[in-house]
Amino acid sequence: MHPLLTRGRFGLYLLAWIPLAAILVYLMATAGHLSWQESAVLILPLSAIYVLVCLAAWYPAKSAPLETTPLSRLALTHLLAAAILSLAWIQIAKALAYGFSRFSALVQLPEHLAPHIPILFGAGFLLYLLAVAYHYVVLSLEASREAEGRVMKSGLLARDAELRALKAQVNPHFLFNSLNSISALTSIDPEKARDMCILLAEFLRMTLGLGEKTSIPLQEELSLLERFMAIEKVRFGARLQAEEDIQEDCKPLLIPALLLQPLIENAVGHGIANLPEGGVVRLAAHCRDGLLTITIRNTFDPESTPARRSGMGLVNVRRRLEERYPGQATLQTRTDGNEFRVDLSLPAETKEAKS
Amino acid sequence: MTNPPGEKLSKKISVMIVDDEELARHVLRQLLAKRPEMEIVAECANGLEAVKAVTEKKPDLIFLDVQMPKLTGFDVLELIGRDVPVIFVTAYDQYAMRAFDVHAVDYLLKPVGRDRFDAALDRAKSRIGAHINERMPRGEELAAAARPPQQFLERLVVKDGTKVTLIPIAKLDFAEAQDDYVALSTAGKKHLKQQTIASLEASLDPDSFVRIHRSYLVNLERVARIEPYGKDSRLAILQDGSRLPVSRAGYARLKALLDQRA
Repeated sequence: MHPLLTRGRFGLYLLAWIPLAAILVYLMATAGHLSWQESAVLILPLSAIYVLVCLAAWYPAKSAPLETTPLSRLALTHLLAAAILSLAWIQIAKALAYGFSRFSALVQLPEHLAPHIPILFGAGFLLYLLAVAYHYVVLSLEASREAEGRVMKSGLLARDAELRALKAQVNPHFLFNSLNSISALTSIDPEKARDMCILLAEFLRMTLGLGEKTSIPLQEELSLLERFMAIEKVRFGARLQAEEDIQEDCKPLLIPALLLQPLIENAVGHGIANLPEGGVVRLAAHCRDGLLTITIRNTFDPESTPARRSGMGLVNVRRRLEERYPGQATLQTRTDGNEFRVDLSLPAETKEAKS
Repeated sequence: MTNPPGEKLSKKISVMIVDDEELARHVLRQLLAKRPEMEIVAECANGLEAVKAVTEKKPDLIFLDVQMPKLTGFDVLELIGRDVPVIFVTAYDQYAMRAFDVHAVDYLLKPVGRDRFDAALDRAKSRIGAHINERMPRGEELAAAARPPQQFLERLVVKDGTKVTLIPIAKLDFAEAQDDYVALSTAGKKHLKQQTIASLEASLDPDSFVRIHRSYLVNLERVARIEPYGKDSRLAILQDGSRLPVSRAGYARLKALLDQRA
């Protein structure tokens, strides 16, 4: 969309042309051959035409941005366009003069115009260049306003994400149930109660300060998950089993902080917790050809309703992957009998490559 | 410990604990140990066991966890009716809390402390034997209040003796009103449930289930065709061959829904 074709701006643009047209009338009338009347009659319609012609300057200005186009190409493009348009313009001027010569008062117009053609050409040439400059100004104003909006929006998004992450980190169910387990253990097995306090403290400490924007090595996320599973195992007892298959050279790879935690929490909360006899949560990570693939599988009750299996966790993980690795990461879920499976694939990033 | 009023009765108050976590049961067991007038008659690790145990042991009071596998605490309450006062025990559940606020005998939040526990117990005791159930709503009403707003039931729970059946909503073919009961038809079998057809209708997605008759609620997916039947009335033929009467108003509702789908 042409930036001047909005109501307010187009009005200003037309207003700017009034003094330009007046100057042109003055120039032509005072140069010698044309009378004031002849000058005005000819220049006013000519100006109206050029008002529209100059709007077209937006297209070359947009296709040749100031920052990226070499100066030579910039000059060539616009000077050539100015010359061609101005030439076309003086042809129109001649045709107009010829047309007006049918009126008795303007019979001599074509004859009087002829010596002024070079002035008219020069004026057309300069006016077009002026329009180009004007469009560049408008373009850069628009770009800076857009950038400002983007910065503001991304700031808001980041803050929003941080809040969400905070809320997600400490799932109230998890926290209160863990505290309840601890309160039971204090009388049965005080030592185990202390261990559990420490596990919980470590888990909370590790999640603190991990915003959505931070990347951490897979290894760090794994040790966080280890704490989480240890706590949940105290709660669920033999019902919860865990298996891990992590390729050694994946461990230093970077992943968004707390990417896997909600998925593991889902696997326990929506999978194992619904099974009276319990089940297994399996976590696997492999890397090949610049891709890190992570699989989380858990047993679940196929009779439990879908809403109890998915939850918000998956939605958030998918959104975070899309924001961080647009078009490069995938998250797929499927069920296979009584197994629920989440497959993640994301670019294998290392610290060096990132910085 | 003060002498609770229950002490005067020679009979102890029988209590049942229902929680899927052993440690959570342990906490309640320990808290109850300090109340000699209480006697634990059963401990259950899931809702199905609980429904069965209630019928067999007829406890005076139940401590019921909300989040459990298969049957939630609310499902259990719905199935056992209002014969037994229940104290809910939960870690955190905003909707459950709402139900408690409206209807609770009492509820406890995990981790459970001694003072709060004793208060709940005394409160429950004062209602045992007396008119405990007057202020208790029907189980299904409580369950409905605990459901997140604007969310429809995803399954139905039905009890037949001690046998509990779960019916996913998608598998429900139609429901027929029979006095205070509804007969739920699924895959050719019928299950009786104590509920009015109107309250069942209210808890189901109106885009999937239509009240085609004063006594019939049908799953739209199952309707094969509609046939005229006598003057002014019609019959809905289901995929399994069942024939259900369709009233004039029911036909209008059915047609509106089908048009909206087309």
